[in-house]
Amino acid sequence: MINELLFMNGYAVYVMSAFGFTLLSFLGLYIITKLQFVKEQNKFVSKFGSLNPEKANSAKTQRINKEILADVTNN
Amino acid sequence: MFKILEPNKIFQITSKAPKYILFLFVVILTVGLTEALILSPEDYKQSDAVRIMYVHVPSAWISLGIFSSITFLSISGFIFKNKNFFLIAKSLAPSGFVFNIIALVTGAIWGKPTWGTWWAWDARITSMLILALFFAIYLIAWIIYEKEEKVFKITTFITVVGIINVPITKYSVDWWNTLHQPASINILTKSSIHSSMLFPLLLMTAAFALFSLLIFLMKYNTELIKIKNKGLDRL
Repeated sequence: MINELLFMNGYAVYVMSAFGFTLLSFLGLYIITKLQFVKEQNKFVSKFGSLNPEKANSAKTQRINKEILADVTNN
Repeated sequence: MFKILEPNKIFQITSKAPKYILFLFVVILTVGLTEALILSPEDYKQSDAVRIMYVHVPSAWISLGIFSSITFLSISGFIFKNKNFFLIAKSLAPSGFVFNIIALVTGAIWGKPTWGTWWAWDARITSMLILALFFAIYLIAWIIYEKEEKVFKITTFITVVGIINVPITKYSVDWWNTLHQPASINILTKSSIHSSMLFPLLLMTAAFALFSLLIFLMKYNTELIKIKNKGLDRL
């Protein structure tokens, strides 16, 4: 069975390169998207940290800001 | 009317969903790959080369679906003056573009053993290449133009022109005599594909759809945080 999978009647090189290209594209897109997300998240945390207490409290009243900060803590 | 689509309310869900979708994607992809590479039968004519169908066809379907969705969202954003529709459309585009490229590349790989050539200016292949160009122009427009009003107008224009190409891609195999065979799967009539091949094809389509949903959510969350970063600058 392993031989069949490796040889595929002579088409293995085509089949495996098609599947390989697809999975590598998935991995590449996932990594790029994740890096962009983490970059923006870190930017948010550093900007939030540089706010004075009054502004930070005002920003914290927004639910989405709280969620972003909570998400960073969870990760 | 679209209060449910407000970013503040959505983020609570979209920030938690990716990990569950990633898990589901890995499970379905594993089952799909086992079916596609091992359990599904070979074709009597194409032999094992037919297995390329399990990555090629779902990619093409999803890229066409995403472009249609982007067009619908852009037009809706314009009609209802809702910025969030544009944000959703923008977040869908990267996975649509990548699926389009996968469809083109795996199609070329499939073409070599089946037709004896990597590339032909066949109606279906050419229209898929045009679709990839529209995706690329759409994504570039978001990078080039910073002013919201302008980028909304330009990206909507790109999608409205590009959508003309979608039915051409879909029906090209029926309208012209091409290297591609006519559609084997029909929703309204009986499909000509055997269930032993249809099942892995649907599994792989489900896995690919989950992956595009995962990328969409990650991208959408990134866009929301970008907006919030701008908001913090103004404080």
